[in-house]
Amino acid sequence: MSTVLNAKVPAGALRDKWDNYKADAKLVNPNNKRKFKVIVVGTGLAGASAAATLAELGYQVDAFTFHDSARRAHSIAAQGGINAAKNYQGDGDSINRLFVDTIKGGDFRSRESNVHRLAQVSVDIIDQMVAQGVPFAREYGGMLDNRSFGGAQVSRTFYARGQTGQQLLLGAYQQLSRQIGLGGVRLFNRTELVDIVVIDGRCGGIVVRDLLTGEITSHAAHAVVMATGGYGNVYFLSTNAMNCNVTAAWRAHRRGAMFANPSFTQIHPTCIPQSDESQSKLTLMSESLRNDGRVWVPKNADDSRPAGQIPENERDYYLERLYPSYGNLAARDVSSRAAKRLVDKGHGVGPLKNGVNLDFSAAIARLGRKVVEERYGNLFQMYERIAGEDPYSTPMRIYPATHYTMGGLWVDYELGTTIPGLYAAGEANFSDHGANRLGASALMQGLADGYFVLPYTISNGLAPLLNKPVPSTDHPAFVQAETEARERFGAYLDIKGTRSPDWFHRELGKIIWDYCGMERTQQGLEKALSELPALYAEFKKDLRVTGSGENVNQTLEKAGRVDDFFQLGMLMCRDALDRQESCGAHFRSEYQTDDGEALRDDENFCHVSAYDWTGDPMAAELVKEPLVYETAHLATRSYK
Amino acid sequence: MKQLTDLKLKVWRQAGPEVDGYFESHTVDKVSDEASFLEMLDQLNERLIGEGKEAVVFDHDCREGICGTCSLMINGQAHGPQRATTTCQLHMRTFKSGDEIVIEPWRAAAFPIIKDLMVDRSSFDRIVEAGGFITAPTGGAPDANLILVPKPVADAAMDSAACIGCGACVAACPNGAASLFTGAKISHLNVLPQGQSERYKRAEAMVHAMDDQFGSCTNHGECSAACPKEISLDVIALMNSDFRKSKSKNRKALSRG
Amino acid sequence: MAQTITRPSGSREPVTGTALSPRKKRSFLADLYSTAVGKKYVMAISGIALMGFVLFHMIGNLKMYFGAYELNHYAEFLKELLYPLAPKGAVLWILRGGLLAMLVLHLHAAWSLTVMNRHARPVKYQSPRDYEVANFASRTMRYSGMIVLSFLIWHLLDLTFGVVNTVGADGTFVREEVYQNVVRSLGRWPIAAFYILANLLLGIHLRHGAWSIFQSLGWNNPRFNAWRWAFATGFAAVVVVGNVSFPIAVLLGIVKV
Repeated sequence: MSTVLNAKVPAGALRDKWDNYKADAKLVNPNNKRKFKVIVVGTGLAGASAAATLAELGYQVDAFTFHDSARRAHSIAAQGGINAAKNYQGDGDSINRLFVDTIKGGDFRSRESNVHRLAQVSVDIIDQMVAQGVPFAREYGGMLDNRSFGGAQVSRTFYARGQTGQQLLLGAYQQLSRQIGLGGVRLFNRTELVDIVVIDGRCGGIVVRDLLTGEITSHAAHAVVMATGGYGNVYFLSTNAMNCNVTAAWRAHRRGAMFANPSFTQIHPTCIPQSDESQSKLTLMSESLRNDGRVWVPKNADDSRPAGQIPENERDYYLERLYPSYGNLAARDVSSRAAKRLVDKGHGVGPLKNGVNLDFSAAIARLGRKVVEERYGNLFQMYERIAGEDPYSTPMRIYPATHYTMGGLWVDYELGTTIPGLYAAGEANFSDHGANRLGASALMQGLADGYFVLPYTISNGLAPLLNKPVPSTDHPAFVQAETEARERFGAYLDIKGTRSPDWFHRELGKIIWDYCGMERTQQGLEKALSELPALYAEFKKDLRVTGSGENVNQTLEKAGRVDDFFQLGMLMCRDALDRQESCGAHFRSEYQTDDGEALRDDENFCHVSAYDWTGDPMAAELVKEPLVYETAHLATRSYK
Repeated sequence: MKQLTDLKLKVWRQAGPEVDGYFESHTVDKVSDEASFLEMLDQLNERLIGEGKEAVVFDHDCREGICGTCSLMINGQAHGPQRATTTCQLHMRTFKSGDEIVIEPWRAAAFPIIKDLMVDRSSFDRIVEAGGFITAPTGGAPDANLILVPKPVADAAMDSAACIGCGACVAACPNGAASLFTGAKISHLNVLPQGQSERYKRAEAMVHAMDDQFGSCTNHGECSAACPKEISLDVIALMNSDFRKSKSKNRKALSRG
Repeated sequence: MAQTITRPSGSREPVTGTALSPRKKRSFLADLYSTAVGKKYVMAISGIALMGFVLFHMIGNLKMYFGAYELNHYAEFLKELLYPLAPKGAVLWILRGGLLAMLVLHLHAAWSLTVMNRHARPVKYQSPRDYEVANFASRTMRYSGMIVLSFLIWHLLDLTFGVVNTVGADGTFVREEVYQNVVRSLGRWPIAAFYILANLLLGIHLRHGAWSIFQSLGWNNPRFNAWRWAFATGFAAVVVVGNVSFPIAVLLGIVKV
C-alpha cells in the first residue's frame, strides 16, 4: 500500500493561505445547516468551543464527554496563560513573530501553513474570550496585562492568575451550556467513546459506552470531531488528569485514521518531584514561575545542606549559565534535559535527591512578598499543600514530568484525519507544535481549532453532502462495532487473572518512561519493544477486573484504557526508534552536539511520521509527510 | 517521609441509586504521610481488587484541586479537615496513626447518589444553562482592549470565577442550598462590563433554576468555610441584590445605569 | 435510605433544551415570594419591623425606672398617638395590625423555607457532622424563634390581656396600671426566670437575624461589612440588657410598687 498524505494546503503566500481558503470554502445555507448532524467527542477547550460554535451556526450537535460535566475537562488544569500576537505591550510582537517562535520552538517539525494560521487567529481568540467574560489580568487602567513565557522574547501571554485554563474552559463551557439550554446541543455526559464507524470510506458515526449503565449504543452523524486530548498518561505518572486516555484517538486509528509523531511527548520542566512509590500522578507548577524564580543546584554534588545554608558562590544557576539570553526562560525541552543531567550527576536536591531548586528569594527581595503573592499566590499555596514546605522561605523543588503530547491523529489543513468526515482538534491532533510545544500555546491551539478553524472547514466538508441522510445505526458496520465493543469489555471481565489494570498501567509506564522518556537510545528502545509485547500478553492473560459491566465500574473503564495505552506505547517506541535524530522533545542520545544539544537531521527526517494501522502496532505502516519550509528558515535552534 | 499505621476507615457503600447503602469498615495497615487522601483510597482499592472484591467508586480526575471532580464528606466535613483544600489535595499528614476516618458521599436531593461515593452533580449545569453565560457568538467580538475592565473589578470577577463547581458548598450547607455556587457564577459575570447587558436576566434565570433544585440560604456560612477556593459570602449578597432588581428594574432603561 | 435518582433507570437521555420551558407569569409580589430568595427578603423586611418593635418596646419600658406615673403616662401616650388627628387608639391598632402581619409573614416564610430545606436533603448524613463556622445562634434560629414566639403569646396574655396573671389589688387585672402589673408579675421569680431566659434567646435570635438582614437584602460593601456583625451584636446586646434589667430590678427591689 503506498498511501500519499495530502495535507490540502491552500495555494498562495503563507500569509494569504487562510484567507484564500476561507474565500474558496463551500458554505452551507443557514436554513440547510439544521439538516446536518455533527458529533463532537470531548468537551475541553477544543470540543466545547467547536460544539458551541457549530450549534450557534445552526448545525445539530451531539456532544459527548466521559465526565459528569463539560466543565471538568483537563484543559481546566492549564495554569500559566495563552499566547496571542496582540502586541499590546508594544515590544515587537507580530503574527509573524509568533509564527516563527512556534515553528522554532517546535524545532522545525510542524507544518508551516497550520502554524501560521494559528498565529493569525490567536488575535481573535483573546477578543472572543474577553467578550465571553473571561477575567484576564488587567492593568490599573483597565487594559489587558501580559507576561512573558518560555521560548519567547516578548510578553504575549494573557493570563488569569494561575488559573488561565480554568477560566478559558469555563468560558467555552458557558457557551456550550448556553447552547445546551437552547436545545442546539445534546450533551451525553458520563459516556465514553469505544469505537468509530466507517461506512463506504467515510466516518458514519461513533459507538459509545454509558459509564453509568454499561450500555453500548451507536450514534450516526455527517461529521465527527475528536477533541479528546492527549495521551501523556501512557507514562502512568504524568501531569495529566487520572482519566485522560488515548482510547478515542486510538480507536479512530484502528479504523484507519493515521497516527502522527507518537513519540513527540513533552516533558514539562517544572513539576513537583515524586515523593514516594505509591504516587498516582505528578503535579505541574506553572512555567510562569520561571519568570521570577531562579533555577539552581548545589555546585557540589554531595552537598546536602538545606538550600538556605548554601552560599551564593556554591550554587550553580545552570540555566543562566548555559543559556544567557533566555536564562531561566529557555524552552521546555532544553530546561528539562538540563535538569535531568544535573540530577543524574548527583546534584539533585530534596530527600530523594530528585529535584532542582526554583528559588524566589531574589524576586521577593526585588518585588516584595506582596507582589510575588499576587502573581503566584495560588501556585505557592498548591505547592505547600503537596510538598508540605513553604516556598516563600525555602526554594521549591521541581523536576520534569510528562505533560503534553505533540503527537496525535494526523490531520490535514482542514483538521480532517485520513478518514473523510472525521476531524481531530486540540491536543488530540498532531498539528502545530512540531516536536515541542511552547508554553501557553496549548490553550491557544485548542481554542483556535474549535472556534475559528473547524466551523469553516466542517462547512466546507458538509456542503457536498446536502440532503444525504446520516447512515442508519442499524447498518451492519454499527452492529459489528457494537458487538466488538461488548465482547471487548466482556473479555476484560472474563480474564479473572490476578493483577489490577493499575498494576499493568504502572509497569507499562515505567518502561515507557525509562526508554521513551526524556532521553532515548536505540538500545533502550529496542529493549522496550521486546518487553512491551510480553507485558501486553500478560495483561491479556492475567488481568483482574472485579464487579460487573452493568453499572459504574471504574476498574473496567481503566482496563479498556490501559489496553489502548499498551498498543500506543509500542507505536511510540517504534516511532522513537525510527527517528534517528534529536529534535525538540525527542532526544536521542546518539544524536547530540558536543555540548549536549539536540542534533537535528533535516536531510533525512524533515518529515511527519504518520502510521497506518495494519492490525498490529508493532507492524504499523509508516507514511511520511515531507515538511517544506518556504518562509521560516531551517536553522539550529539556540536559546544561548 | 513517615508511615501512618492502623487507620480505621468507614466507607459508604451503595450499589446503586435506588438501593440502601451502608458503612463498610476497612483497616489500612500502612500508608505514607506523603500520600494524598485519594492515593490512600487507591491503595485500598488495589487491595480490594486483589481480594476479588469490587473497588470503591469515587469521582476524581485532575488531582490538583482545579477540576472539581472529587468530593467526599470526610469525618463530617466536606473535603475533609483542611481548609481551602479539595480532597485530592488533602494529604495523609493531616491524619495520625490509629485515626478513625468516616467517608460519606455528598448528600442532597439535587445530588443523587450514583454508586458508593459518586454523586450526580448535573444540577449545577442546569443552573449555568439557565443563564450563566454572556451571549457572545463566535466571531463578533470587538478588540479585547476596547472593553476596559478596572483591575479591582477584574480581580473581583476572578475571585468568584475561581469556583470549581465541586459541590462542597451544597454538601456542607445544613439546608442543602446552592447559594454560594450560584452567587459565585452570577457575581463573576455580573460585575464585569461585558456582563451588564444580561445582568438581570441572568440573575433571575439562574436563581429560579437554583430554586427548583436546592434548599435556601440561612446565612450559616458553612458553604464558604467548606469552599476549597474560599469564595466569600459576599457573592450571595450580590446575587440577592441582583435578583431583587431583576424583578423590579425597568430593563428598557438598562443603559441609563 | 436510598437517595432516589430523578431520571428513570434504563437508557439515559441526553441533556438538551433545559432553558426552554417558559416560567409561569405571576404578579410582582407573588413572583418574588415564590422563590426562596424572595422569602428571605420577606424574612428580612418583617425582621426589621419586628426589630423596631422590640427596640422601642424596650426603650418605652425604661420609663419604669422613673416611676409608675411616667410608665402609665407613656402607655396612655401610645393610645393617643396622632390624636386628635386620628381617633384615640386608632394608630396604635394600625401599628398592632402591621406588627401582627409582619409576624405572620415572618412565620410563614420561615415555615415554608424550613419545609423546602428538608426536601433539599431528604437523606441526612449518616455520620456526625462537624460544623466549621455555623454557630449556636444560626443553627437554633427555628428553636429560639419558637420559644420567643411562645413567650410572646404568654407575655401578651399576662400583661396585655391579663388572662393568666390576675393579680391586681383586688385580685383582678387592672389594664391601666401598667407599672403595677409589671412589678406584680415579675416579682415572682419563676416568671422572672422565664422572662430572662426568653430574652436571652431573643438576643441570640436577633444577633443572627440582624446580621442576616444585610445578606438577604444584598446590602453588601466590603468596606463596611465588618460593621454588620458589630451592629447585630450591639443591637442584640442593647435589647437584651434593657429587657433583662427589668425583672432583675424588680427582684432586687429597685423597682417596686
